[in-house]
Amino acid sequence: MKILEVLWNIFTNPLFYKLTLTASTPLLFASLGGVFSEITGVVNIALEGIMLLGAFSSVVITYYTGNVWLGFLLSIPIGVGFSWFHAWASIKWRGNQIVSATALILVAQGLTGFLMEPIFGQPGQTPYVGRINEISIPGVSKIPFLREAIGTISPIVLLAFALVAFAWFLIYKTPLGLRMRAVGENPEAADTLGVDVFKIRYFGVLMSGALASMGGAFLSIGEVGNFRELMTGGRGFIALAAMILGNWNPVGAMWACLLFGMSEALANQLQSSPLLNVPATVKPLFNLFPFVVTLVVVAGLIGRTRPPAADGVPYEKEE
Amino acid sequence: MKGRIWAFLVPFFSVVIALLIAAVVIVLIGQNPVIAYKAMIEGAFGDLQALADTIIKTTPLILTGLAVGFGFRAGIFNIGAEGQMIMGAILATVVGMNMRGVPPSLAIPLTMIAGMLGGAVWASIAGYLKAKTGAHEVVTTIMLNWIATYISSYLITGPLAVGSGTPKSPEIAPSAKLPPIVTVGALEMTSGIVISIITAVVIYIVLEKTRTGYEVKATGFNPYAAEYGGISISKNIVMSMAISGALAGLAGALEVMGLHHRFLGTLSGGKGFDGISIALIGQNHPIGIIFASFLIASLRTGSSNMQFVGVPKHIVTIIQGIVIFLVAADRIVKTLFRARKVRR
Repeated sequence: MKILEVLWNIFTNPLFYKLTLTASTPLLFASLGGVFSEITGVVNIALEGIMLLGAFSSVVITYYTGNVWLGFLLSIPIGVGFSWFHAWASIKWRGNQIVSATALILVAQGLTGFLMEPIFGQPGQTPYVGRINEISIPGVSKIPFLREAIGTISPIVLLAFALVAFAWFLIYKTPLGLRMRAVGENPEAADTLGVDVFKIRYFGVLMSGALASMGGAFLSIGEVGNFRELMTGGRGFIALAAMILGNWNPVGAMWACLLFGMSEALANQLQSSPLLNVPATVKPLFNLFPFVVTLVVVAGLIGRTRPPAADGVPYEKEE
Repeated sequence: MKGRIWAFLVPFFSVVIALLIAAVVIVLIGQNPVIAYKAMIEGAFGDLQALADTIIKTTPLILTGLAVGFGFRAGIFNIGAEGQMIMGAILATVVGMNMRGVPPSLAIPLTMIAGMLGGAVWASIAGYLKAKTGAHEVVTTIMLNWIATYISSYLITGPLAVGSGTPKSPEIAPSAKLPPIVTVGALEMTSGIVISIITAVVIYIVLEKTRTGYEVKATGFNPYAAEYGGISISKNIVMSMAISGALAGLAGALEVMGLHHRFLGTLSGGKGFDGISIALIGQNHPIGIIFASFLIASLRTGSSNMQFVGVPKHIVTIIQGIVIFLVAADRIVKTLFRARKVRR
């Protein structure tokens, strides 16, 4: 069986694992963002749009300042500002959260396409502006296999996984985390106990903006060094599925993102495998993998997951 | 009565506010919004050809708007009109290709039904998963969109591919083509618009005058009460999704039968997503959706003309986004409107 040989080659290749980590990283940022927002009770399907804006703004800032790190860091407040609109509409004005988020996705798609021409003078794709360099991890460079897999890696990948620990600690081990969960489960009770439901929800949504924006920035200046129209390609929605699959828990979301990252890496490797004798026209079909995996997993594993009780329900303070 | 006035005023003022914000954006990139909007209006209605183009663009939008709007009525958020439209177009193409020798009176309805079936089956997957496992349709329909996109690009470069250059399928049989109403230069305004409008009227009747429509609306309004009243939620979810998908599929079929006469792969170009804006602006009312489709189509044709005066056409997507945002948080618009009235 040729296919088994191909799969064996892929799974024993350390680069496959590096590719898995890299593919998981943008999903992980956005997925953590989703956890922050939904745990306080605001559904945020705008992750896709925030990521897109983060990817674009980091390229623009890098283009003007010549510094990729400035690009990465300054795209965060832009993501926060953008997600503020979603918070404002859904918390203050008690709007339909899914509709508001859909609107933001459209605005992000429109805005990034619109600004491309005035800023870069060309539609479709920006020029290369530079990318964040990989760093080498001292101890690992002596261990075979691991050396090729994670010996040199983007610091943003490490940041993503560090943020999982941070999010877990904040949500489950701090008073703020307790308040966030209380607001998402039972806002009335939290309000009675003196928790400012609105403030906590704003915090949750704005954090999702910061995180999703970093995820987007990784896609552009973290990996390829430029921005292409609609380059997020549905990753915001896969991140959403990962959050659901991970049961609204940062660690669970991490495992789900790794699963999706691996299916993306596998699709990628299968396409470039010289051993696999399939026509060039069939190869793009491998791109289906992450989406089919998401579909199967979301459909098959729900029932074991439970969203926060007040997720998606606007809170009306009693006068 | 009050509700009905708001149903009209909120979308109206949302569009006005969105156009004003877009004007500010146009100023910010150093262009003149008056010139830009003038170009837009000329591009959409300036002459017969512009108007025909707008109506051609209106045709599929009515159907994707109906698809999303029907879903909303049933309490389902169908973001998958895009994928359902693609599947409808593929199936209509495959059937339409094989209609050589079949008279148009048979070939046209068969090809249309194929398109509806393609969309219905594709949407039913999401409906079935929601009913059986509770998988949220927003996530599943988005995944199905991407899967449909990749399948279509595979078909168009592989099994269905014909000729060289841009990927395309063979032409459908002449008997499966929709006859044009008017021909302006190279532009054929198809009779598809008539089918779209008739469909909107049919959906209006189904929703307002039939038992099925009542059950759909009851499920959408309050699923628990509907279940208590003896309406099967899961049956209704799958059925509503299938009808919603059939409408999107028909949009794809009409694009093939009336416009391109073949499948071009990336035909949808966001028309499924436009359906969301249209359903919201039309307040999920089939007749409102016809007007909303015309509005969005005018913005689209107009925006191409705006490019000649230096304003990227993406401004339309921004306008659409702002409109939806304001409709979502309709209290913003209501508050603005009330505040103005008080001041007077």
